[in-house]
Amino acid sequence: MTMMTDVVVGDVRKARRIDWSPYLVGAGIGILSWVAFAGFGDPLGVTTAFSRVASLFAVPVIGSDAVATNSYWKSMPLKWDYGVWFLVGIPLGAFLSAIISGTWRLELVPEVWKERFGPSVFKRFVAAFLGGIVIMYGARLAGGCTSGHGISGGLQLALSSWLFLAVMFATGLLVSRLMFRKA
Amino acid sequence: MTSVMSIAGPLLMGAVFGYLLQQGKVTSCNVIENQFRLRDFTVLKVMGTAIVVGGIGVLLLVDTGNTKYYVKDANMVAVALGAALFGVGMVVYGYCPGTALGAIASGSVHAAVGAFGMIVGAILYALSFDWVKAHILNVWALGKVRLPDITGVPDGIWFAALAIGAGAFFLWVESSEAKARRTRAG
Repeated sequence: MTMMTDVVVGDVRKARRIDWSPYLVGAGIGILSWVAFAGFGDPLGVTTAFSRVASLFAVPVIGSDAVATNSYWKSMPLKWDYGVWFLVGIPLGAFLSAIISGTWRLELVPEVWKERFGPSVFKRFVAAFLGGIVIMYGARLAGGCTSGHGISGGLQLALSSWLFLAVMFATGLLVSRLMFRKA
Repeated sequence: MTSVMSIAGPLLMGAVFGYLLQQGKVTSCNVIENQFRLRDFTVLKVMGTAIVVGGIGVLLLVDTGNTKYYVKDANMVAVALGAALFGVGMVVYGYCPGTALGAIASGSVHAAVGAFGMIVGAILYALSFDWVKAHILNVWALGKVRLPDITGVPDGIWFAALAIGAGAFFLWVESSEAKARRTRAG
């Protein structure tokens, strides 16, 4: 009887976190890449489609004429193509996993941030917003992100993508060291 | 039928990708920050395995004529500058663009706030594009080159080296992590 209860409690607790091996997940993403290349001719990527969608948000800010005549958006206009639907799929899949595994939870300030910078939601939101600006500007300048350059470009042994990986990790290590240095 | 597949196909691909990111815990800001602090190697484990497994498969698919390469331009200065900004942004934000989209769907409000920042970043890039194109993108631009092209070392050797290097590195990481767990437990 006691053992039965233990098993049930154990299972419930286990369901609250995910036990998938990161190697299994990585192999899954690798195999997904095979399908993306051979089945769709469109490697995994996020930020190209993200910029197309961003043009929608730019309309109320800089006006529809300015968006229409912008040379960057002329080269990649808003269209509901493969990349944009792929983008829509990402939160759907993550949501499904979070619900099934019981890992969905509201997070305003993550633990690592709280330990270093305290519980202020405002402070965290400002940092996330500024970080978001910098990361997307960098991604567009480099021509891709962790997915498009890091994984899709890395697996093609592209020179551009390995340069991206090296510089991105080196800078990240340096900034992280500065940011999390004990004051 | 074709039009249904042209939506359902990428939607399903994205959903599988998002599902895997969440299952792999890389939609967690803590996991990403701790990778850069060298306290948690989940991000490198996922990316390294994806590159080796994906790369060997794609190499075979290219060799058998089932796909081609989609290599991004090696605009060396732009890529280096962009990657440096990306590294800064990733540590401050705590996510990369893809994992952020997954994190928003699993309840991270600050990831959603950062996504508005990403929209601003994309708009700023579009507004500065003419200048960037004229002054940065064209500097030291080597085109769509691959490491085997510029080194003369064939693909097979690259992947053998990558697989062995990643394997050895991950074995070392796993044994250090096991040691740390034993120390904590005992």
